Amino acid sequence: MKDLNKLYFTLCTLAVLSLKVNVTFGDTLKVCKTCDYTSVKQAVKQAKPGETVLIESGVYQEYGIEINKPLTVLGRNNPVIDGNYKGQIFTVTASNVTIEGLTIKNIATSYRHDDAAIRVVEQSNVRILNNTILNTFFGIYLQYSDNCVVKGNVVTGKDVTGLNESSLGNAIHLWYCDNAVISNNKVKGHRDGIYLEFVKDSEVKNNLSQHNLRYGLHFMFSDRNVYTHNIFRENGAGVAVMYTRDIRMEHNTFENNWGAAAYGLLLKDISNSVIYNNRFSRNTTAIYMESSSRLDIQRNNFDRNGWAVRLLSSCTDDVFKFNNFTGNSFDVSTNSDSQLNHFENNYWDKYSGYDLNKDQVGDVPYRPVSLYSMLVERVPPSVMFMRSFMVDMLDNIEKVLPSFIPENLVDEKPLMSKIDHDNDRKLAQVLR
Amino acid sequence: MSKIIKYVFYDIIRNKIVLAYTLFLLLLSIGLFNLGGSPDKAVLSLLNLVLLTVPLISIVFATTHFYNSYEFIELLVAQPINRKKIFMSEYLGVAGSLSGAFIVGVGVPVLLFGASLTGFYLLLTGVFITFIFVALAFLASVITRDKAKGIGIALLLWFYFALIYDGIVLFILYAFADYPLENATLAMTAMNPVDLGRIIVLLNLDVSALMGYTGALYKSILGSLWGIGLAFGLLLLWILVPILSSRSIFSKRDL
Repeated sequence: MKDLNKLYFTLCTLAVLSLKVNVTFGDTLKVCKTCDYTSVKQAVKQAKPGETVLIESGVYQEYGIEINKPLTVLGRNNPVIDGNYKGQIFTVTASNVTIEGLTIKNIATSYRHDDAAIRVVEQSNVRILNNTILNTFFGIYLQYSDNCVVKGNVVTGKDVTGLNESSLGNAIHLWYCDNAVISNNKVKGHRDGIYLEFVKDSEVKNNLSQHNLRYGLHFMFSDRNVYTHNIFRENGAGVAVMYTRDIRMEHNTFENNWGAAAYGLLLKDISNSVIYNNRFSRNTTAIYMESSSRLDIQRNNFDRNGWAVRLLSSCTDDVFKFNNFTGNSFDVSTNSDSQLNHFENNYWDKYSGYDLNKDQVGDVPYRPVSLYSMLVERVPPSVMFMRSFMVDMLDNIEKVLPSFIPENLVDEKPLMSKIDHDNDRKLAQVLR
Repeated sequence: MSKIIKYVFYDIIRNKIVLAYTLFLLLLSIGLFNLGGSPDKAVLSLLNLVLLTVPLISIVFATTHFYNSYEFIELLVAQPINRKKIFMSEYLGVAGSLSGAFIVGVGVPVLLFGASLTGFYLLLTGVFITFIFVALAFLASVITRDKAKGIGIALLLWFYFALIYDGIVLFILYAFADYPLENATLAMTAMNPVDLGRIIVLLNLDVSALMGYTGALYKSILGSLWGIGLAFGLLLLWILVPILSSRSIFSKRDL
């Protein structure tokens, strides 16, 4: 038994060593019109593990390139690989592969294969860097692949207006991939910009996701992920995140997600997560929360949204602190009387209280839910009476004598002036 | 006809109420634009002003003016002038001077501080509302010879359109919440010029909220250029119906 273990160990060491040797002494196979290799497929086939396939500029009409050994596929001077709508272009079936600097385009919609520009199948340490992917069904598709890096890619689909959800793929699609890093990508014109399912301990940062038919970012069952400095703009239904815990969302921008079912951020069954320093601007609903608990929502800006926060009664123990609510048609709306969430020290531009002791905190509690928002929740067509004098009057009467609006949904310490999140640290510390 | 309009116009300007009205609007608008942070917010407050104060002042002023110039009208009727002409010039004189006051009072500040499409719609709505409520005032005035009664009817009309109507509709919507009410709501808002005016401005102001849910439906119906045209067409109808009916009452009535 011990011997067997030893044997294994030796074998493994040998394998690693050989790999290393290959990497260090890796040769370069050039691909161009006048080189030894005129097609990428040919070069990839001939290359030994650890070698580099260098593709010079030119247009290569190829598809079905399988990378089944650790290679670096590098594009120089922007080579274009045109799939001509015939099938998948790169299929990676080996670990430690790098694909960099290519323009990959033209993949047909395929309902049976989910064809992608680059697909990684059950591998690890694959790096997909600085590629431009145009007009594909799926852009980058990773399945059962850990420790991968998707960085600096531009994935552009088509104009999605009037298209069907099922006729489009996702720009960056990860399925059962842990420890992934997705950064600095620009994606647009797909079904979902970035789609993560069963992706854990990963990092999504500095991406720009816009003009997608469904969600800019979509993740499910993806715990312990970090999302920072991303921009999600003008997506059909905004950003949706579901069935997940322990996530961090910071410094993201959600803007112009308009539509009957569009959300800046839709949270469903999310728990133990933090949402800090994000900006929500001009969304139909900035944050929609359903069955989400123990969320910490702090220092966000909600500006000119239809609904800043729609908090369903299934949410518990969520904390809203130091957020700015400005110019929203409705600050908070909810569907029930019971409220188990906590609002404190937010700035509400509709607040009309006073501050006698000048400690920057209003002396009268603010109730962000108006009677009218409850009416709209119950009878949607009454939205047409917004800003009617009758509605204002009802709201004011209700504010003086609350009887319909949830009594516990109240900010006991509303702030008197807007918080400048970068500079008002001192104030926040005092209040804390 | 233009001679009579001119006379009515000078008469109104001379009694200084319209000047005071202009000044009031001007001060209020400038104040709102300088007070509030964003021009959007000021336009919003102005919207409330346009939808409440403008109808009230238009309807009360027009009614009192009509009764006060009764003798002048009687004098004119004795002349060989068509009654319809007398009535229409009386109407155009009053409505024209009031909307002139509105354009100067609100239009100039809007142009200066918050010139936008929303501001333009706000102005147009205000002018239409003025014309509509002066027409309603004239209708109230020709219905009864009694000045107190006439002003009473005018005030009731204002109260109904500015306040009660929305309450009734909201109540109906609440009571019939289980039914699809989208088109019914649309029809009901068309029955009130104040609501129509409000929605025209709203569709530009609260876009984010109105893009959700049923709002999207209204946005698609009223948000397009065609829809805005339709809304203003309805407002035009709201001018024509009361003024034409009161004109025919006036021309038949024993003065």
